[in-house]
Amino acid sequence: MNPVVKAIPDVLRGLGGWAIHGLWWLGHVSHFLLEILIHSGTSFRRFNLITREIYFVGIYSLIIIIVSGLFVGFVLGLQGYNTLQKYASEQALGVLVALSLVRELGPVITALLFAGRAGTALTAEIGLMKATEQLSAMEIMAVDPIARVVAPRFWAGVISMPILAAIFSIVGVFGGYIVGVVLIGVDEGAFWAQMQAGVDVFDDVLNGEIKSLVFGVTVTLIALFEGYDCYPTAEGVARATTRTVVISSLTILALDFVLTSFMLGGW
Amino acid sequence: MPTEHLVEINNVNFAYDNRLVLKGMNMLITKGQVVSIMGGSGCGKTTLLRLIGGQLQPATGSVRVAGETINELGHDDLYRMRRRMGMLFQFGALFTDLSVFDNVAFPLREHTDLPEMLIRDLVLMKLHAVGLRGARQLMPSAISGGMSRRVALARAIALDPMLIMYDEPFAGLDPIALGVIANLIRRLNDALGVTSIIVTHDVQETLALVDYIYFVSEGAVVAQGTPDEIRASTLPFVHQFIHAEMDGPVPFHYSGKPYAQDIGLGEPGG
Repeated sequence: MNPVVKAIPDVLRGLGGWAIHGLWWLGHVSHFLLEILIHSGTSFRRFNLITREIYFVGIYSLIIIIVSGLFVGFVLGLQGYNTLQKYASEQALGVLVALSLVRELGPVITALLFAGRAGTALTAEIGLMKATEQLSAMEIMAVDPIARVVAPRFWAGVISMPILAAIFSIVGVFGGYIVGVVLIGVDEGAFWAQMQAGVDVFDDVLNGEIKSLVFGVTVTLIALFEGYDCYPTAEGVARATTRTVVISSLTILALDFVLTSFMLGGW
Repeated sequence: MPTEHLVEINNVNFAYDNRLVLKGMNMLITKGQVVSIMGGSGCGKTTLLRLIGGQLQPATGSVRVAGETINELGHDDLYRMRRRMGMLFQFGALFTDLSVFDNVAFPLREHTDLPEMLIRDLVLMKLHAVGLRGARQLMPSAISGGMSRRVALARAIALDPMLIMYDEPFAGLDPIALGVIANLIRRLNDALGVTSIIVTHDVQETLALVDYIYFVSEGAVVAQGTPDEIRASTLPFVHQFIHAEMDGPVPFHYSGKPYAQDIGLGEPGG
């Protein structure tokens, strides 16, 4: 028999297994999200639980977000000027930098950095709490770990992400300004005026923030689920942390495409 | 007066995936006693504690605590019941981001609206009972394994439970720390009027400490009795266990082909 034909059943089996595993994972994540939403009452009654977690996932991510935003802004200023000056349109540098950041790079890069910085920390923390039986101890103390540990971290991630994305974009615009206006000499008035005229609060800024909100839910949910679901050993936690970065990054990029197509199509 | 049983395990079967861990397990824990569950690693001892705490559900049979069937309780009723239980985990399971004081205060803050002054007094009282009032500011990373377990014990008794479960409380402790924990288990049980269940391997420490012992092997109770009855037992498994014998009903060699056959000598029929 032709070896290609012979391999077909194995390939089909592999694909089937992959699809079933994917569905299983999606079902568990959805159930986990439902559990978090049902048990979110404690978090909002005791908002200091969320505030504390915002400090750990949000404030601790600020440095990486600000530094990355600044350098992305620098590069956009350089690349944008280099392309625009060929068409004598360098005054449009402001709007190019701002739109690139607010619509795309701000939400997407922030989410990728957040997955690497805060997402991994969440997975490792929850995973280690599981491995050292802290979550079990909580259950036996009649304290629901989903309500007390998971939900506050979830809401902290959801609240932090849009704020971090906004900070990324603001710092990025400032980076573009430094390179474009201060170093290269693009007209300052044109830089800001074109940006003001070309960036729409709803179409651009709001849509960007909606994206980062969706990414916030996605990344934080994946990070918490992987930690909560991990095999409670050192190796299990390490694998879960890796999965958080890989699954989050791919999901962010795929979701970005879906959301952008909806947004450009006017929903 | 008839003996009152706080925990009743009736014909419980439990499996992880397809591996049957408990097979028709029956056990009665008398109120006010310190009861030990002993047996080899992986025989289902810790699983039993998790069934009593409602963290696992039996496939068949029932687990009753204080007259209520744990495996039939809903989420809220189960959590209400758990407030009356304390558990000491093998390595303490202290919350690593909280100080010793905050670890013991945790259940009080979660379940009561007591003013902070009163919580402070209660926490100091519990820490005093385990001899660690002076260590209240320390973080879990700064204390020894024995101290961690004492803090966890103070946390387990914070809400004055009716039942305290100990999962391997002596594992990895030096003789002094081991003696301290054993002494505390007995003293707290008698002073607080609670019932204690200890899952352990530590034979001599346990025989000197407990009121009753269950021996578990391959998912079922194989022997039971008071420490004196156990010491006098002629059952091969119990004898092997309490005298730490290398070979016996629990074989030294993992099952496989005969040795001679494995090294190519004396082939069957050859």
